[in-house]
Amino acid sequence: MISVISDKCIGCKLCVKACPFDAIDMDGKLAVINEKCTSCKQCLPVCKFEAIFDDAPEEAAETVDLGAYKNVWVFAEQRQGKMMNVALELIGEGRRLAREIGGGAKVYAVLVGDKTEQLSQECFEFGADGVYLIEHELLKHYTTDGYTKVLTDAVRRDKPEIVIFGATHIGRDLAPRVAARLNTGLTADCTRLDVKVSSYIEYANKNTTLDTSDLDPNSDDKGLKQTRPAFGGNLMATIICPRTRPQMATVRPGVMTKRERKPGATGEILRYEPKLEAANIHVDIVEVVKSAKEIVSLTDADIICSGGRGLGDPSGFELIKKFADTVGGVVGSSRAAVDAGWIDHSHQVGQTGTTVKPKIYFACGISGAIQHLAGMQTSELIVAINKDPAAPIFEVADYGIVGDLYKVIPKIIAEWDKADDLYEATLDRSDD
Amino acid sequence: MAFKIIVCAKQVPDTNEIKIDPVTKTLVREGVPSILNHDDANALEEALKIKDVYPDTHITVITMGPPQAKDMLRECLAMGADDAILASDRALGGSDTWATSNALAAVCRKVGDYDLIFAGRQAIDGDTAQVGPQLAEKLGVPQVTYVTEFAIEDDRKNITVKRALEDGYELIKIKTPCMLTAIKELNVPRYMSIGGIYDAVRHDIPSWGAAELGVDPDKEVGLLASPTNVYRSFTPAPKGKGVTIEGESDKDVADKLIIALKAKHAI
Repeated sequence: MISVISDKCIGCKLCVKACPFDAIDMDGKLAVINEKCTSCKQCLPVCKFEAIFDDAPEEAAETVDLGAYKNVWVFAEQRQGKMMNVALELIGEGRRLAREIGGGAKVYAVLVGDKTEQLSQECFEFGADGVYLIEHELLKHYTTDGYTKVLTDAVRRDKPEIVIFGATHIGRDLAPRVAARLNTGLTADCTRLDVKVSSYIEYANKNTTLDTSDLDPNSDDKGLKQTRPAFGGNLMATIICPRTRPQMATVRPGVMTKRERKPGATGEILRYEPKLEAANIHVDIVEVVKSAKEIVSLTDADIICSGGRGLGDPSGFELIKKFADTVGGVVGSSRAAVDAGWIDHSHQVGQTGTTVKPKIYFACGISGAIQHLAGMQTSELIVAINKDPAAPIFEVADYGIVGDLYKVIPKIIAEWDKADDLYEATLDRSDD
Repeated sequence: MAFKIIVCAKQVPDTNEIKIDPVTKTLVREGVPSILNHDDANALEEALKIKDVYPDTHITVITMGPPQAKDMLRECLAMGADDAILASDRALGGSDTWATSNALAAVCRKVGDYDLIFAGRQAIDGDTAQVGPQLAEKLGVPQVTYVTEFAIEDDRKNITVKRALEDGYELIKIKTPCMLTAIKELNVPRYMSIGGIYDAVRHDIPSWGAAELGVDPDKEVGLLASPTNVYRSFTPAPKGKGVTIEGESDKDVADKLIIALKAKHAI
């Protein structure tokens, strides 16, 4: 727990400013830690008077025999007999983590379902050393109760060091329940995992503002460092699980890279006969319905393709619509295009329209008036396509293309579905 | 017998309003309003809809947080909840999701005799979506998360819900007592009523600490008991100046852009 030494505190308030959680109050000339404190330790280095300290940093509440735990398990999520993409990504990531652990640690894909053995091959080909098969007719459809029981039973028996799940609607339903039953920690929606301190330092130096000078790259600390965004991505935190096992995390889909598929790869198959009966499952799955993606609103869209006056005439929105359909996005527009009568006001992005924050914002033929920028500049990635290299939109763009949108966009549409292949071709893969 | 619903809510900073101080690289909290977490408002609304149909329904909103969280609880009362309880104690501070679920489970047990527990899927500050399922596990009740449609039969025992999946949905039957987590597609939360606000101001909101809850700060709640700890926290690298993509042909430009978006994990 973070505490303040009242004799040393002079009331300078430096710690109050440094605290990300609003957890330090001033009682006259004394800093007082309140209940919002998460022990993130951001206040420790800013205090010039050594008045703040962490009095029991690694005190164990309940210590387990950490040495008894070894391998990396990946929950190989399948739906109706088809592997989820994120599971294949995690097999690759799990393999990397197992190699960082060393000492013969292996990555196992844990296949839970009914008659799922044929999926083992795919797991091996994407890098699994072994496949853990948990098959039962009651596991045909996912249920929280059924899957939690068989997974926790298996973990208790075979003691994996790390268990990772895709942060899907199923992974995020299952993992917390499993972690709670095992009384171990779970970190949600991770975007980066490291075992070795040296890997963590390398990642941090390249991608973050973290000062890593106090970290020892040769440390023998092999705990899982789980990095995730919080506060809507405004803050990143790296979480550890020092005293309990297994170390568990859910990982955001699309973040980890799949290994190159090795056709014909094989590995060991371990069968686990689950003890499960109908009475263990307290829900009744009436039906599972697959449906096409719904049309989402501008505010909820992950991708927005916006057109502006640069389209030249209303028919330009036909191309924008085709573009949006191809990339799974929603059509937006600038005010100029709305005022010209080319498209309905409901599509307008900007100060007098809708404020948006998609993962990707494509600004096509939009000059970038201030009122438009106000409504979209916090988008995660902005791509601007415009003939005029002096257009203000390029000031906020992450990627700018100076050119004729009627030539460039059809090429993007044509190439879009090849994204995986195009990207794979640029990767330099060293095997392990 | 009255039908008892517990709604779990959280007071959160409005993350849309949060900014990073460019010099200190920390969150600027000054002037950032605290709000009732969005998904939790949907959870409360669904409970209130049950009460609209069955007036003998009793709704208790619970939260864990600092004393200021009572403001959020009063908002819930003004929307129509019957009672509100705050779990607040320095010994609960620093709890991770496992420890938080222990504290909330203790609150639920002390409230007792619940038929249904509603929570929001996740809070916008932590985004973990873990406390709901972990609370259900600690209480030993079944759960359904990502609920988008809810229907209860007149026996108030049998419930049918629609659970959202990325590529469709599941239709699930479940019996009370159970825990359901709501997402925004479930409903549109109502506003506070004038009469509700008037009553809420006078409503007594008990505050329970670790001792009242009978939880052990060394083993069940708070920082020391939490299995996870923060190792480091930091702000993401600042957004660099944009890149101009050029190429030999329009196809070349398109390929380079797609590769760049893929490398950023944006697609």
